Amino acid sequence: MQLIFEKSKPGRRAVKLPRLDVPIKTGLAAKYLRRKEADLPQASELDIVRHFTNLSRMNFSVDTNFYPLGSCTMKYNPKFTEKIARMEGFSDIHPLIWQLEAGEKFAQGALEVVYQLERLLSEITGMSAFTTQPLAGAHGELTGVMLIAAYHKAKGNRRKYVIVPDSSHGTNPASAAIAGYEVVVIPSDKNGFMDLEIFKSKLNPDVAAVMLTCPNTLGIFESQIGQICEAAHKVDALVYYDGANLNAILGKARPGDFGFDVVHLNLHKSFGTPHGGGGPGSGPVGVSKKLDEFLPVPRLIKDADGTIKPEFNRPKSIGRIAPFYGNFGVMLRAYAYILFLGKSGLIEVAEAAVLNANYCRVKLKEYFDLPYDRVCMHECVFSATRQKLNGVSALDIAKYLIEKRIHPPTIYFPLIVPEAIMIEPTETESKETLDNFIKVMKEAAAFAISDPQRLKDAPQNTQVSRLDEAKAVRDLDLRWHPL
Amino acid sequence: MNFVPHTQADIQEMLKAIGVSSVEDLFKDISPGLRAKSFNLPQGLSELEVVEYCRNLSSLNSSGLKNFLGAGFYQHFIPAAVDELAGRSEFYTAYTPYQPESSQGWLQSIYEYQTAICELTGLDVANASLYDGGTAIFEAAMMALRITGRNKIILDSGVNFIYRSMLYSYTANLNIEFVETQVVHGQSCREEVYKYLDDKTAAIILQNPNFFGAVDDHTDIVEKAHSFGCLVIESVYPISLGMLKTPAEMGVDIAVGEGQSLGLPLSFGGPYLGFMCVKKDFVRKMPGRIVGATLDKEGKRGFVLTLQAREQHIRREKATSNICSNQALCALRAVIYLSLIGKEGLKELAELNYQKSEFAKELLAKIPKVEVKRSSPTFNEFTIVLPKRVDHVIKKMTAKGFIAGFPLGKYYKGMDNYLLVTVTEIKSKDNIVDFAKALEEVLVA
Ligand SMILES: Cc1ncc(COP(=O)(O)O)c(C=O)c1O
Repeated sequence: MQLIFEKSKPGRRAVKLPRLDVPIKTGLAAKYLRRKEADLPQASELDIVRHFTNLSRMNFSVDTNFYPLGSCTMKYNPKFTEKIARMEGFSDIHPLIWQLEAGEKFAQGALEVVYQLERLLSEITGMSAFTTQPLAGAHGELTGVMLIAAYHKAKGNRRKYVIVPDSSHGTNPASAAIAGYEVVVIPSDKNGFMDLEIFKSKLNPDVAAVMLTCPNTLGIFESQIGQICEAAHKVDALVYYDGANLNAILGKARPGDFGFDVVHLNLHKSFGTPHGGGGPGSGPVGVSKKLDEFLPVPRLIKDADGTIKPEFNRPKSIGRIAPFYGNFGVMLRAYAYILFLGKSGLIEVAEAAVLNANYCRVKLKEYFDLPYDRVCMHECVFSATRQKLNGVSALDIAKYLIEKRIHPPTIYFPLIVPEAIMIEPTETESKETLDNFIKVMKEAAAFAISDPQRLKDAPQNTQVSRLDEAKAVRDLDLRWHPL
Repeated sequence: MNFVPHTQADIQEMLKAIGVSSVEDLFKDISPGLRAKSFNLPQGLSELEVVEYCRNLSSLNSSGLKNFLGAGFYQHFIPAAVDELAGRSEFYTAYTPYQPESSQGWLQSIYEYQTAICELTGLDVANASLYDGGTAIFEAAMMALRITGRNKIILDSGVNFIYRSMLYSYTANLNIEFVETQVVHGQSCREEVYKYLDDKTAAIILQNPNFFGAVDDHTDIVEKAHSFGCLVIESVYPISLGMLKTPAEMGVDIAVGEGQSLGLPLSFGGPYLGFMCVKKDFVRKMPGRIVGATLDKEGKRGFVLTLQAREQHIRREKATSNICSNQALCALRAVIYLSLIGKEGLKELAELNYQKSEFAKELLAKIPKVEVKRSSPTFNEFTIVLPKRVDHVIKKMTAKGFIAGFPLGKYYKGMDNYLLVTVTEIKSKDNIVDFAKALEEVLVA
């Protein structure tokens, strides 16, 4: 399809702006003005509406396709939360209003959402307090590691290392590094757990923290988690919980009860808010009591008369980590989602998510290698090593799924599984949908034996066939240029 | 509950296939000692109840006040088509376009967004988005440190105080030397910047228009910086680029900014949009996702995520940034908005903002004992000095239905009587006249 820039025609306009209704003054001096105009599209409203409507149809999405993208929790996003987020009483509120003199009374509804959400998340995770400021999961990780650094610094030694297992998500080591730590990587054992002996051998008083994901990225609940927390705490290293996979354990287990010190959640995953082509997300961070005083400012406090106000006077706070109070629109949707499901609804989410993943696991394990063969939580990770012997990669299988109108699982992650195929069906998918997926996966496995080329040629029914990614890097073309 | 589609029969069949007798059996790895000690949440509600409850909450907020408050976050007109198009669930219920064959719509939209941001700033390469304007400054600073291998940064105090404080939070544990330079007569103080500039300086961070609304031409600072091998990062207000000299025209190396004004509602602080645009030499050091054009097997143009070797999922602790989820849906709104406003519209829009704000200056200057700061030109935001403490005035103005502006004394010493006032295209002449009248009444009372 042509670009909107290529459809542009000089003189064409979409938006009609109000006319200038004030007397005209002299403009700015020439040195302040741009010389070259911005070559934005010149198109009618219909041109633009048709263009983006057609682009929207060139995507797989949860609303149009099964989307078992592991680690990303592509569950159905209920529509009423969109309606709530668009209410003018929320969408038109200036984020600074509550920080003006007596201004908080103009934002009590929005502040109540934040205040209540922080408390609900604390109960869901068993943490002492939450901040909803972080803008995505990785931003929550960075915030969490900064809190850990502040904790150690207050004790007089910032420490040097952060430990992560080799199964961790790439954001974990990246966040630790950006916060100024050296990263120590621990291999996984044959069960897919972080190797406990090696872990213990790396623990010392220079370790600031260990970052874990539980269930881990293999979809396995690490039953040794209590021992890890205990060993870490012995040298006063803090334990960080990457909560991207919380969906599996809602109401069943809580990181706070295991002994974790810091938790981040991905509201855009576990709590049903749309991820929109890569975001926005929301990555709230919960802490145990000993980290409370370091939380970002402002904090929200409730007066005796019930008025919610900002509190800035927190001398040990790590400061501001977001301009305001997080991605409010995303938080609002998650809040509505939690109110809607309530206690039993959230437990049912975890149960159905785990049931669906295990169903896929059992139905497919005859056809694909399952390197860590045990009951899984919300996702299961297969490997296409068997297919690879015939020259078929995880990528080829993914492309065949696309041809069959199914969004592929996450592939090549976690890095410890060769040719990984990471399937997270989520709780909102029916047995019929799963059965169809299983059928297509079996077809792919059959083609890998009978006709590998069939998979290499997939997909055959999309707007474009396989794209030359090497060329994209070699001949960088990152924007359109006017002719 | 209605969100899990399984019938009892489905559940039984699935359990049987798995070979366990109950769902609880699937949770056996969580030993009794690790089970939730509490899960004290309210019972669920119906859709009707949740929507009504939230509507009530929304009515406790003040969406009706006439807003003259900006301070980096602006109320602009948003064409209806932005909501309609970005509200298509084929867009908003997708995710990162890892699989290009099933994501061409998203990938092409991001490529178009990158193009629009390049056109706005005049620079060569934009990424697919960062979280917000503040984290974009942080990412730009980190990038400058990496490129230059130096560790000192000069930070103009005309940069939004929120962003400066974010930058200090993020870098608290990194060995970076910051010097903050003053604003004189509204603009960056050259003398002070040059005093600190040396061959250890990685970057100078500026903002245009700055927090006080003042417009500057930073060309001289950029030239001087480059003579020391130092980079210049400029945070810009995209709507102002319908009129103002671009970062590229000033020679700036990395332009960043908050894209909220490009079709995103204020929404109490987010989701917003951090944008970044750099000279092409720096593309491999840039954080965030980047979309590129390429060809498919038949030679047809298509789009892919590219230069991924910079990113955390491949490079892990050596990545250029930890960012993964970003603000793609907000970037989509921005490119739809910029398409609708269009080439001519953007110029007109900037002119409307400028002229209305000049008109407001003139009216406010007529109020006895009110001084409008005129030492430097402004775009759509300016500083006035009142005969009284601003915080009390703001409180009284809300009673008259106005958010009067931002009280600079809250964050700048000795500015208790200074008010930062914003006038965008959404204010009619009558709104401005009413505002001036209300302010005069409040000051006389
Ligand atoms: C296990 C895990 N950790 C962290 C993240 C990062 O979250 P975000 O993409 O919101 O930054 C993800 C998401 O991709 C994840 O799956």
